[in-house]
Amino acid sequence: MSNLKLKNDEVKNAIKPKKIKELVSQNAIYVVLVVLIVAIAVVNPRFISFATFKDILLQNSTRAIIALGMSFILITGGVDLSAGRVVGLAAVLSASMLQKADYSRRFFPDMPNLPLWLPIVIAVAAGLASGLLNGFIISKFNVPPFIATLGTMVIVYGANSIYFDLPPNDSQPIGGLRSDFTNLGSGSILSIPIIILIAIIVTLIVWVIHNKTRLGKNMFAIGGNAEAAKVSGINVGRTLLILYGIAGALFALGGVLEAARTGGATNNYGNMYELDAIAACVVGGVSNLGGIGTVPGVITGVLIFGVINYGLTYININPYWQLIIKGLIIVAAVGFDIRKYLARK
Amino acid sequence: MRETEFVLEMNNISKEFPGVKALDNVTLKVRPGTVHALMGENGAGKSTLMKCLFGIYKQDSGDIILDGEKVEINNSKIALDNGISMIHQELHPVPLRSVMENIWLGRFPIRRLGPLKFVDHKKMYKDTEKLFKELNMDIKPDTIVGSMSVSKIQMMEIAKAVSYNSKVIIMDEPTSSLTENEVEHLFAIIHKLKSKGVAIIYISHKMEEILKISDEVTIMRDGRRIGTWPASELTTDMIISKMVGRELTNRFPERRNTPGEVLLKVEKLTSPNPRSFKDVSFELRRGEILGIGGLVGAQRTELVEAIFGLRAVQSGQIYINGKEVKIKSPIDAKNHRIALLTEERRATGIIPVLSVLENTLIANLKNYVKPYFLLDEKKRREDGEKIIERLKVKTPSSNTLIKDLSGGNQQKVLIARWLLTEPEILILDEPTRGIDVGAKYEIYTIMADLAKQGKSIIMISSEMPELMGMSDRIMVMCEGRLSGFVDGKNATEEEIMRLATRFIA
Repeated sequence: MSNLKLKNDEVKNAIKPKKIKELVSQNAIYVVLVVLIVAIAVVNPRFISFATFKDILLQNSTRAIIALGMSFILITGGVDLSAGRVVGLAAVLSASMLQKADYSRRFFPDMPNLPLWLPIVIAVAAGLASGLLNGFIISKFNVPPFIATLGTMVIVYGANSIYFDLPPNDSQPIGGLRSDFTNLGSGSILSIPIIILIAIIVTLIVWVIHNKTRLGKNMFAIGGNAEAAKVSGINVGRTLLILYGIAGALFALGGVLEAARTGGATNNYGNMYELDAIAACVVGGVSNLGGIGTVPGVITGVLIFGVINYGLTYININPYWQLIIKGLIIVAAVGFDIRKYLARK
Repeated sequence: MRETEFVLEMNNISKEFPGVKALDNVTLKVRPGTVHALMGENGAGKSTLMKCLFGIYKQDSGDIILDGEKVEINNSKIALDNGISMIHQELHPVPLRSVMENIWLGRFPIRRLGPLKFVDHKKMYKDTEKLFKELNMDIKPDTIVGSMSVSKIQMMEIAKAVSYNSKVIIMDEPTSSLTENEVEHLFAIIHKLKSKGVAIIYISHKMEEILKISDEVTIMRDGRRIGTWPASELTTDMIISKMVGRELTNRFPERRNTPGEVLLKVEKLTSPNPRSFKDVSFELRRGEILGIGGLVGAQRTELVEAIFGLRAVQSGQIYINGKEVKIKSPIDAKNHRIALLTEERRATGIIPVLSVLENTLIANLKNYVKPYFLLDEKKRREDGEKIIERLKVKTPSSNTLIKDLSGGNQQKVLIARWLLTEPEILILDEPTRGIDVGAKYEIYTIMADLAKQGKSIIMISSEMPELMGMSDRIMVMCEGRLSGFVDGKNATEEEIMRLATRFIA
């Protein structure tokens, strides 16, 4: 991989080669995913089928997009608590503008049919704006991300609820969505569900941003040591602003697809999704201390929870027990992860 | 318990960190009721040895024998329970709590109320008062620590170490932030402790202090013990030559740079902070190495950080090539081809969780941006590995995480980071602090090469030999003010010290 020659034996001995044990521990999450699938299949072999996996991917496409958005923030060493509420805002915004013309309880009774892309762009722009607001508060006023995004979380929910409560809707669930919109959630191209395709494209784009762009490199540097990044002449404030903006846009995209997939929206859509996203990232090896995280890891984290949700129900495990299993996996993953990075004494 | 002449014996202690043998079979024997000085250059292993004794590190091999009995010190609590306490080089009090809570932290006096336990604040206050009275210190027990001066906090830490009634007290650079009167005060406390039979292990770089206060001196170099002598048999010169272990002449590479025209001119630079730098003017020539000397607190770091745009400037001008420039951030500084290697390598230098390659390239990514925001991966790797090789960074591969390298090699990576930005002016703030001797020489060689190529270097250093051995000129600061320049070749330690203390009242 590298053409650097070893300078002397001392160095060779100082940093020992990776052992198999270490290899397993470095890739523990993939092992966990495989073990989970095998364990469920042992109980019910019919679990291993194309239909099952398609279902799991369908259910988790939006979650993957939201978790990928969250990964930008966690890698900088921050957190975005407003993610779930942005999902709700985008779901309500897009659904309110994409109802069937003949639906009896339209949000905008006299609105003409808009082109499909316009409400989606509006919803994503709203997410982008809320992300930029987060980034602005954090970088301009040095408010800790936890607090800043806690604030926007409440603000976004409030704004969404006011909108949702507008007459004639008066806080009624939004339904009767246009088929070209719901098609995004349930339709297929070449027998691949569109929503899965979108998630794959987003995954690829995020991977490129993480690994191949200056923005991505700066993100890892800021999370690894913000002071060093600043001293190195990185514009930390602007980088954070952009990253929170991207994250907000992705949360909103997740919200739009959630509305399309479920065929409706209320102001409570997306509630607590931020916690699922954080859990998936953290289980996927994103360090909550910043600086560390990979896109394959995040996707695996999402899939682990997807498999647990779907698979444990499939083999008839009580949903309350499922919660306990999920919680244990989160704690164990982070405990394991931190051990990996603990300074050697 | 067996009777022995030593209260503490550390026998054949070895400790290895990735890439560095920090301690190699070190033995230290301390008699009760004496002050045992531990001396050596930065990186000689003094602090590491003491951290093994205090349970912060665990030695790889070797025994610790206390009062004739072998003890396993796995953490600091065990050390304290065994009668070993420590005044740390870096203070870490809990700033928002009171003095007494800091002193009794982890062992608060308890008042019982039936099955319930409460902290007994009254007793704590009285005990603290008594402790301070015994030590003649004038500190109120309920003062919030964060509101006190550094020297007061240092005195509090001294009182805290005494309060454990230990058999052995480790003092790691206890006077670094004390005033002269307070140093005398500390010495009085030490005499009192000695008379009670307490043994003190005293680490300091200040020769006069060592010769004045200590009974025995152990000298270390490169992780090994050189020897132990009664203090009365030693002189400053003897200590230095034993610490350095080689002739001063070949500690530094030969320099063949010739300073040219003025590149950087700083005029009357003044900080908005009245206690920081004031009215500092100097010139830096092309191909010159300008040393900045001074005591801790001389505001040298603050000055260069202001030039680099990390700190605010109230008044004064900076000229580069005769043109006035405004530098408000490191981004501006970089655009003016200035680089800064900060003093705190860990806090503001390395990005520990990233690879050597990423650490090398992080200040210079803009040169690798291709269309559509993508980075030129191949060129990045080529450039990065080329400079890693050029600076002789010892690393298994460029993908190794930087935190796994030794301090010296980390420092070389940081220099590589800045060289890639093609700076004309390199500011190096204590470039060899905490680095082993071999790597030091390599860093000096890099500096000499750069100066020869016509780059200008500003080097802050607190090590006199380094300052005199590497600088063309030395600028000395004291209390934020410029106190004078001396020629690098003809400078004497006395002259620099005189300038460094010029404005101290």
